[in-house]
Amino acid sequence: METSRVKLPEKKENPLVGERIPWSRVRKVLGMILAYATLLALSAVIFLPLGWILTVALKPDRMSAFSIPPQWFPTQYWHWENFVLTMVATNKPFLIFTRNTLIIVAGNIVGTVFSCTLVAYAFARLHFRGSELLFNILIITMLIPYQALMIPQFLMFFKIGWYGTYLPLIIPSFTGNAFFIFLMRQYMRTFPKELDDASRIDGCNYFQTFWHIILPLSKPVMAVCVVFVFMGQWSNLLGPLIYLDKTSTFTVAIGMANYVTRADPEWNLLMAANLIMMMPSVLLYFFAQKQLIGGIASVGLKG
Amino acid sequence: MIALEKIRKKETRGAKAGPLAQKEERAAYLFLLPWLVGLLVFLVIPILSSLGLSFTNWNLITPPEWVGFTNYRDMAVDSNFLNSIRVTLKYTVLSVPLYMVAGLGLSLLLNLRLKGMNVFRTILYLPSVLSSVAVAVLWLSLLNPDLGAINQILRAIGIANPPRWLLSPDWAVPAVVLMGLWGVGGGAIIYLAGLQNISPHLYEAAEIDGANSIQKFLNITIPMLTPTLFFVLITSLIGAFQVFDSAYILGGSRGGRSGALLFYLLNLWNEGFRNGRFGFASALAWVLVIAAGVVIFITFKTADRWVYYETGGE
Repeated sequence: METSRVKLPEKKENPLVGERIPWSRVRKVLGMILAYATLLALSAVIFLPLGWILTVALKPDRMSAFSIPPQWFPTQYWHWENFVLTMVATNKPFLIFTRNTLIIVAGNIVGTVFSCTLVAYAFARLHFRGSELLFNILIITMLIPYQALMIPQFLMFFKIGWYGTYLPLIIPSFTGNAFFIFLMRQYMRTFPKELDDASRIDGCNYFQTFWHIILPLSKPVMAVCVVFVFMGQWSNLLGPLIYLDKTSTFTVAIGMANYVTRADPEWNLLMAANLIMMMPSVLLYFFAQKQLIGGIASVGLKG
Repeated sequence: MIALEKIRKKETRGAKAGPLAQKEERAAYLFLLPWLVGLLVFLVIPILSSLGLSFTNWNLITPPEWVGFTNYRDMAVDSNFLNSIRVTLKYTVLSVPLYMVAGLGLSLLLNLRLKGMNVFRTILYLPSVLSSVAVAVLWLSLLNPDLGAINQILRAIGIANPPRWLLSPDWAVPAVVLMGLWGVGGGAIIYLAGLQNISPHLYEAAEIDGANSIQKFLNITIPMLTPTLFFVLITSLIGAFQVFDSAYILGGSRGGRSGALLFYLLNLWNEGFRNGRFGFASALAWVLVIAAGVVIFITFKTADRWVYYETGGE
């Protein structure tokens, strides 16, 4: 490194020479090297396990998932057909699980976007008595653990004959979700007040203002919500576990849970399925990254 | 802006507001309707009926019978319940502070102005978007005591008898905590947003006064970040009470070896949906609601003392 050569003439007495030793620069460079080293090490901690999954997924049948030392990247085996095999296996049809999960996900996306935009619009742009109280209630409901409600909800859905169907997993989303309402309201509040006034003057009623002015402007926050709903529902285990009773209706999450709790799973197919399960979220994340992180950040800010 | 809003509010609040305000109000409630219906049907009614159920012995087959406080009294001697509280508390105490400190540390690192930082932010956030089920399946293998990667690494660095993790009563919960640490980038992103919201003027002023970086961190960064820290504390406390997916995958529905992973929610699920003790499970749910309420209330109460909000409007 350049700096070590400069240091050689050791004459501390002379302040001018002392200044020529760029200590602050050395420290800065060392700090930068340290920072990059840490970041690279942490990135490795993230990537190596994912590489390990791929390695196992590509192994032939009946081969142990484990090796000494652990193999972090595929080098020997390339059984790409495992990804197909795991999707169409007869005893655990992941293709059908995927379809089922997508039905639930799609239902939730439609329900959430429909209800949350309407409700958020009222909270963000309209004035009405009780708005503060209702908004406080909304915030409080965010703190109530859903799990506290799962038993009475289950009994209710059971009574009306919805047990074993997707309805209990979809219909509640049509009544809004406190978190997404909050997120959308925060966003809708940022539009200038004049927008509503102008559209009112043009003769729009409240719904038309909502539909033609606010909704198109809210597309970014809607996208964030769609991504969140997708990720949440895609991996939801508890809900489907409660309401679904037939293998043909199971979701990917249940499929994985049943698979992994078996005594002797086929590791290659299991990890192939696992990788497939990870894929949609990863793809969504890369495409919607900027909006997503912005969305999370905006929630954190308001506290 | 604020003054204007106040005037507007007064207008609508005025007892007999004009027909326009009345129309707006009617419209507002129409827009709120889906949520109001949901609030009633999926929240208020269930929560009340769950309170009622908690005083019965309903099992879905025979008609419910009023048993008074029996369910609550039974809890005091129910070994699964007591164990589930121990497991959940152990997890909360271990995970919440650790994740907060690790998340903060990571966010400081990710806040450095270095080339390519966006790539690192993307990478480190990645685990927190992965399905919790998929992550648990991965870690189930990594934590395998004999052949798993974690223990191979530990042996390689000289630890002859590494913990048996999920199979050990003492190390099962730490194993879950360790797995969560992999996704700590999720929390870091929230801190990062908080960090980037701190005005650079504050740091400049401190530099002029001769503050070093530790002083700047303690006297500017931390106080300005307290609202974010508070938000994360509340959400992670609530999250810690609700561990289910990972416990189910890592320990099975029975809660691992000798109940070492019997988290509160898993126990509740078992009592309700496996054992058919819906009355007892409802009582468990109510205890959870009250416990969570108390913890959140206390946390909010302490907030005045340590959370610093900048005064003045936005």
